[in-house]
This record gives sequence, C-alpha cells and structure tokens, in this order.
Amino acid sequence: MIRMNKGLDMLQKNRKLQFTLLLLFILLSSASVYFLERSVTAFLLLLGSLLLLHYTHLSKKIKWSIALILLVVIIPLATSGGTSQQDYMEVAVQTGIYIAMALGLNIVVGFAGLLDLGFVAFFAIGAYTYGIFASPQAATLFHSNIFPLGGAWFWPFIIIGGLIAALFGILLGIPVLRVKGDYLAIVTLGFGEIIRIVFNNLDKPINITNGAQGLSQIQQPELFGFTFSLASQFYYIVIAILLIVIIGVQRLENSKLGRSWKAIREDEIAAQAMGIPLVKTKLWAFALGASFSGMMGVVFSAKNMFVDPSSFTLIESITILVMVILGGMGSIPGVILGAAVISVLNLQILTEITNFLTQTINIPETLSPTKMQRLIFGVILVLIAVYRPKGLITAKTKQFDPKELADQTISDK
Amino acid sequence: MTALELKGVTKQFGGLTAVNKIDLSIKDNSITAIIGPNGAGKTTLFNLITGIYKPDSGSIVMNETSLINRKPNQIANLGIARTFQNIRLFKEMTALENVLIGMHSHLTSGLLGTLFQLKRVRLEEKKAAIDAYELLQTVHLSEKCNERAKNLSYGEQRRLEIARALATRPSILFLDEPAAGMNPRETKTLTDLITHIREKFNLTIILIEHDMKLVMNISEEIIVLDYGQKIASGSPEEIRSNPRVIEAYLGKGAVS
Repeated sequence: MIRMNKGLDMLQKNRKLQFTLLLLFILLSSASVYFLERSVTAFLLLLGSLLLLHYTHLSKKIKWSIALILLVVIIPLATSGGTSQQDYMEVAVQTGIYIAMALGLNIVVGFAGLLDLGFVAFFAIGAYTYGIFASPQAATLFHSNIFPLGGAWFWPFIIIGGLIAALFGILLGIPVLRVKGDYLAIVTLGFGEIIRIVFNNLDKPINITNGAQGLSQIQQPELFGFTFSLASQFYYIVIAILLIVIIGVQRLENSKLGRSWKAIREDEIAAQAMGIPLVKTKLWAFALGASFSGMMGVVFSAKNMFVDPSSFTLIESITILVMVILGGMGSIPGVILGAAVISVLNLQILTEITNFLTQTINIPETLSPTKMQRLIFGVILVLIAVYRPKGLITAKTKQFDPKELADQTISDK
Repeated sequence: MTALELKGVTKQFGGLTAVNKIDLSIKDNSITAIIGPNGAGKTTLFNLITGIYKPDSGSIVMNETSLINRKPNQIANLGIARTFQNIRLFKEMTALENVLIGMHSHLTSGLLGTLFQLKRVRLEEKKAAIDAYELLQTVHLSEKCNERAKNLSYGEQRRLEIARALATRPSILFLDEPAAGMNPRETKTLTDLITHIREKFNLTIILIEHDMKLVMNISEEIIVLDYGQKIASGSPEEIRSNPRVIEAYLGKGAVS
C-alpha cells in the first residue's frame, strides 16, 4: 500500500512519465481499435485517453495540442481499420452533438442556476430552421423556386440556427423568468412540450412544418463541390463547432457575464444589490445556452436529412439534464464527461449488452437493457445525489496568484 | 450637505405598520447609527432605501434623485451599497470573486469582447483582480483571496461583505449589524475598519447595530426607532440621556 502511494506520488510529480504513459495508452488503445473488429471496449478506452489527458499535469498548450491530434487525426485513423468505421463515427457525431447541448444547458442550469426542463425545444428550433429552408417544404411554403437552398447554405445556417434559437430563448425567457425555482422547471417543461406540439400540428392551416410526417430530403452540407454525407465526414464539422463552443464557454465562465450568472445562482438579492440586473443577465444565459443547441440542431437535421417532432420529446431534455448533473453542474470538463458517458451508454453500451444477452441467454425483449433507459437514468441520478452531489468532476473556482496581485498593488502606488 | 433625505416613508405589511412616517436627513460623510429594539423596523427601513421593498408612501431622495420605483441594481449604480444582517455572500465563489462581483457595473467588457478575448478585456480583467485584491487588503483578507466564501470564519465573512460593498464604489454605505456575533476584540478591529474606510473612500456610513459600545464610540448621529416610528435622534450624549429611549429599551418605570 505504502509502495503504491509512493509510486502515485512519483507519477504526480513526473510530467515526462505522465506523458510517456499517456502516449503508450493512446498507442495501445488506438491499435486495438484499428485491428480488432468492432470492439466497443477498445473504442471506449481510446475515448478514455481524453479523460486521462485531463488529469495529467501537462501545460495547457500541450494538453490542447494532444487533444486536437487525438480528435482530428488519431480517432478517425484508428477507426478506419475495420468495416465498422461509420458505426463508431456515428456514435462520435451524436456524442459531439450532445456535448454541445449539455454545455449550453450547463450555462442555464449550472452557471445561472435556472432549472430548465424544456431545453430540447431550442435544438428543435435549430433543426427546423435548416430543415424548412433546405428541403422542398420551403418551395411549397413560399411558392418560390429559389428553395430548397443548396448545401452551401448549411454554413451560414449554423449561425442563423443559433441566432434564431437564441431569439426564441429570449422570447420564452421574458414571460418564464418571472417565476423561480420549481415553478420555473414546470413552466419550461410546458414550453418544451408546446414547441414540439406546435411543430407537430403546424401543417394546417398553412403547411409550415409538414406536421407529424416531418421534413425529408433535407440538403446535405456542401463545401467547394464536396458533399458531406457520411458520419466520418460530419465528424469534422461537429468537432469544429464543438471546439468553438468549448472555447466560448471557457471564456464566458470567468468573464463579467459568467460571474454575474454565478452570483445570481448563489443569491439573487445580494447580486441585485451589487448592481447586477436580474432579468437581463438571466436572458443572456437563456439566449447563449439556446444558441449552442440551435447550432447543433442544424447539424442534426443536415446529417439525418430528415426531422420530425418525435426527436424532440421530454426524455431528450431529461437526458441532457442528466448529463449536466452527472458530470457536475457548472463544471465544463465535468459536463463534457457526463455528456460523453451518457451518450455512449445510450448508443453503444446498452445495445451491446442487449445483443450479448439475447445471443447468450435469450432474454425476452421487454427485459432488454435498451428499454430500461429511464430506469438507468433514475438509478444514476439517485446514486449521484447520494454519493457525488457535485458530479463526477467538481466545478473549480478560478485561482489567482496572490503574490503577483500583491506586487501589482504595491507598484501601482 | 445632505447625502440622503427621507420624508414620511411608510411601509405596511398587512395590518402591521413596519415603518411609520419616518423623516431622516443624513449628513454627507457622517456616520449615523440606527438603533432600536428587535422588530422596530430598522432592517425594513434599509430594504426600503435599497429598493428591495417599495414604500407605500413618502419620498427618498439622494442628491436630488428620487430612489422610489427604482430596482435594487439601479440604486446600487447610483452609489448606495449595503451589507446584510444574515450574511448573503456568494458562498461557492472565492473571496476575490465576491469582490469582483461588486465591480460588475464598472466593468465594460461586452459579449464579443469576452468571446474574442480582446486585449482591452484582458487588461480590464487583470486590473479588476488587482483592485479587488487591494480591497481585500483593506479588510485584512488578502491571504484568503482564493478561499471559497463559505469556508471563511464568521467575522471574515462580515468583513468580506464590506469589501464587496466597497467594490461597487458607493458614496453611501449601509451596514446591517456589522458586529453581530463578534467578540470584543473583533468588534474593536471592526470599529477601526469602519472609521478607516470612511476616510479612505470618503463615505457616508449608516449602520444598524445592537452593540451600544460600538454605536456610542463611532457614530456622530443616532436615530432611535421603536414600533416603526422615530422616537429620538441626536448625538450619542443626547440619546444616552433621553427618557423615551431608556423607556423603549428598558420598559416603563425604569426611568423613575
């Protein structure tokens, strides 16, 4: 035991050793992903190297470079070995979409402390914004032959989708933010459902959303004549947006706005007495959180080439909330981890276990783990609430260097 | 010069008149204490001035600007800062971050500036951190700058609240029972701190306090409330010998 502690101690101090071990780990896991046919374990280990990277004591620059190389080069290369590349990439793309949404919800719930149970509505708004204009739907709606817009329009629509979602965030926020706490949760839940039901019924009197049948033949993104159609191609779009989102929230967290969100979360009355306008600050949280979701909605509809209201049910909102709570409210690395764990669990692990169980002991379909998603979420929430109420990776406060600050105050005079 | 003028301020909660036709005139750069038994309406009066409650009638004027119908954050921006009777710090944030929140209105960085980390924004943040650290030094908390507020001791939390209020760069500072729960030594340090910050930041200070030693020591003017009414006002000597005040504190018959 003592020896083990000594070993850990040494590992903590020795950055070179950390670096070598990490490289070894990445090498082994990527090699096994490459050579083994459809090994979920190997793929998870490869993704786990990002978590290992988070815990190393390397400098920020090195961490970011390793993460980038892993995401942009190693993961796509390693998965290209077998026939199941698209399966892996499909999981990676969906995980990326969920991470961006969870980071958006983290602004609302984690930073500003506003419990929002209808967050998927903004994802739907993003998806429908692109869906309507990039499918034949717009042509029938506006009787104009400039629609559907071509795939090149996908790129500006990422921003337009984000902006429209942000606008709806503000429009919903103005009435909703009059209530607090539990009441806010119920009202947002209602709004989330209303948005879905409106999309479901807006095929008459004017057919805008094509109702329950959904929108099909949505254009795929196009860049200089190249069409993005495979999951492994969408992967790069998602990674690019995700990087922008992560850098954005990191900068926001310790800014004037980020601090005022946290102040409102901690104590509204004191925050107001310090000169923070409550409504405006809360609306910013709603708008920015919604915009991340809206951007990913555009990607979602372009990837599936199809949207219908059934993708935006309450369970989706709950899933995103579970990601935030599991990871750690207000903790950016935590939320990323939480989103990754839950989406991989949903998309890969549960189906794998189901496949395994049906092949070996032939369990009845009603007992299959994929059908127990809600039960599993419930168990996760209870366990987290009891054992790790602050999530897997607890939110850290920004640390200042007192020495540096003290020197500066003296030199000022 | 009067820093703050109240005329006929009244606030009722249901059938209870918590504050009843109060007139006040606070001199610039003075230290005024508001005393009175529990439930006399002292904190309610603070809440009326800082915009947390709306008065039913009466006027509150600061530098010829009416404070009625303004939100607490607008009143804060006019230069009124306060601490709270039951400490209201941002518990999960560090001491330094708490002070940075106080600077909110004086920081100019917008959303785009933050997202692109413009040089102006980075410099402003750095300057704010240094200023915040200096305020922590003023209240003798600079070694605890990275500590979460909830981990500070009671006396430290009270001082941090003062630093946070000072960060809003007020001209009038309201302290709601600043010495509550402090031992005599801590109270002495606090007394020195209050007189020090008044000089340093050129403040008008209004405080609610039950510690009579502190009140008599520090204040130039004392206002006594009882059952929502102003029953006396004057210098510490006048208040000490005022029969109505003694009656309110010790009960009828104590005077004779």
